[in-house]
Amino acid sequence: MKWLRWLLLLIALLVVLALGWVLFGGGSRPTPQAASKVAATALRDPALIAKGEYLATIGDCAGCHTAQGGARYAGGRALPTPFGDIPVPNITPDRETGLGDWSFEDFWQALHSGKGRHGELLYPAFSYTSYTKVNHDDALAIFAYLQSLAPVHQPAVAPALAFPYSVRNSLKAWRTLYFREGEFKPDPAQSAEWNRGAYLVQGLGHCNECHAARDSLGGTPQDVHLTGGQIPMQNWYAPDLSTRKNGGLEGWGAQDIVDLLKTGQSAKGTAFGPMATVVSDSTQHMSDADLRAIATYLQSLPPRGQPAPPTTPFDARTLAEQGGKVYAKHCAECHGKRGEGVAGVYPPLDGNSSVTEPTGINATRMVLLGGFAPVTAANQRPYSMPPFAQQLSDGEVAAVVTYIRRTWSNQASIVRAEGVSKYRHTPVE
Amino acid sequence: MNTNASLRHAKPFGVAFLFAVALLCGTASHAADTPTTAPAIPDTLQQRIAACTACHGVHGEGTPGSGYFPRLAGKPAAYLARQMQDFQNGLRKYAPMEYTVRQLPPAYMREIAEYFAAQQVPYSRSPLPPVSAAALQRGEQLVSKGDPARKIPACASCHGSQLTGVQPSTPGLVGLPYDYISAQLGSWRTHTRATVAPDCMAMVANRLSESDITAVAAALASRELPADTHAQPAGSVTPPMPCGVLGATGDPS
Repeated sequence: MKWLRWLLLLIALLVVLALGWVLFGGGSRPTPQAASKVAATALRDPALIAKGEYLATIGDCAGCHTAQGGARYAGGRALPTPFGDIPVPNITPDRETGLGDWSFEDFWQALHSGKGRHGELLYPAFSYTSYTKVNHDDALAIFAYLQSLAPVHQPAVAPALAFPYSVRNSLKAWRTLYFREGEFKPDPAQSAEWNRGAYLVQGLGHCNECHAARDSLGGTPQDVHLTGGQIPMQNWYAPDLSTRKNGGLEGWGAQDIVDLLKTGQSAKGTAFGPMATVVSDSTQHMSDADLRAIATYLQSLPPRGQPAPPTTPFDARTLAEQGGKVYAKHCAECHGKRGEGVAGVYPPLDGNSSVTEPTGINATRMVLLGGFAPVTAANQRPYSMPPFAQQLSDGEVAAVVTYIRRTWSNQASIVRAEGVSKYRHTPVE
Repeated sequence: MNTNASLRHAKPFGVAFLFAVALLCGTASHAADTPTTAPAIPDTLQQRIAACTACHGVHGEGTPGSGYFPRLAGKPAAYLARQMQDFQNGLRKYAPMEYTVRQLPPAYMREIAEYFAAQQVPYSRSPLPPVSAAALQRGEQLVSKGDPARKIPACASCHGSQLTGVQPSTPGLVGLPYDYISAQLGSWRTHTRATVAPDCMAMVANRLSESDITAVAAALASRELPADTHAQPAGSVTPPMPCGVLGATGDPS
């Protein structure tokens, strides 16, 4: 049985090697600026910087890389995830705490391959799963812009991740499952406008990072694209962006998509929650051509199969009747008796994908929190909705949300009082 | 937040585009001239700020009964605008306020502040906790004389001789509920309320003992309202310590 002993020895050796690779493998050296293929003078080209500023804005880099009340792009905050808090780095060109010593090669390695300067694997809270599609020229422009910012000295906050996520190389397994490195490949069968839209939505816009469900490992399977999903930690539902009925963009025209991204409002709905910030900080600054391209691409997404009609529990009618009374008293004055809203002021509720999304979280939280419509150049003094958290009980909120989800053309599941209480806290972000 | 130059250049195009959109929308609504049940919404600031008035009242009267939502009516506009800004940048912490004002641009916040500053509604009395006469006396002492030995200035030295506030940035203290005053003094000590440095009010609050806070809040809440509740004119007091909200720099002492 000598061969068996050899085999066992070989297996043991392989296990040790594999363990060593997982724990220690994967390091590399940064590319010094002096050795970069991109000359320092090329990075100072004002046209390149201006292009990078536009791209960094429409990619909403500042959305994550800025702390509340802090300097723009200087990081200094943590991004909460179900696996722990991940520090958001300073991307201003401070030499000690930011990207001051980085070469373009280092930046590309982060954006395209999801690896830090020393080859360490980056946590996918940094959405390189999308940014890998950004092309080389755009990445260079963004880097030139970031390097042109005034350096801000701001050290990163400490990470607070649970084991085993605290071991960076555990990401090797994660990347095998969820990360496909590679630039966007245009589809020659589609128009240039469609391809521009697909490039922005899938790449820099990183729409799929919120608008698709994540599984228990925090990843989005490769074939899941803009199907809608609950945003981890934030407890908002990012709706399906296909033309699906009840929870998708069924009935939306290209102009409605353009309007929402540009002004924060459309004839079909108003952006709120995290999307309100995205519109204010990012999409309102998109060029009209880019907005049209995004609309063209989203409108081409195949409508997905209808979800099965929600079951009607025995108490659905009672709930909706009670909700109808709450609606008449508190909601109809602004949203209309038929849920039609007021053009340019208050969103319709009939056919609104945020009302009919599968979970009911969005409508529940809007009733509790209220708030202003997004502030944009087109809407600098937005109207607002009063918060009803103080006025309505969990039962009343559940009833009115059930009512608006199942009246007019809306056909969504009911929401119960138990489902309301856990959303009574107010998000700060 | 910085507005960047190239985006500002892009605005004329945006305006032209919106104009085009408005024209298109106008045409569409003329074409579909059907009767609608859509509500008529007044184009007023009061209508726009329903998110504010739901708690603070249509005229900023607050909830004197519970003491939970403070009165905004008649407070100096710059003070109110500063509070919204402090909620935005996280200096002052209260999740529903941070959430509600997080995106508002300075011009809109100023307009909202001026709306509430201009409101004139009668004050109403709030419930007082049972406090001893000695405590009330101690509170009254702090309000009008302070405690020089512990470097505690009198409330009146900044907030005006009648405690009705001073334009443009110092709020009045009369007519505020006991619960609100004591909660605010407490929040300065726990760093959930702060403002631009030097944060003189944080210094004062930290020099007060817990019994001082009870005493001063009770004394303020039980004061009779003066005939004129308007804030004193700007420059009518000389604050005893440097305050960032009044434009001072350097360390408070």
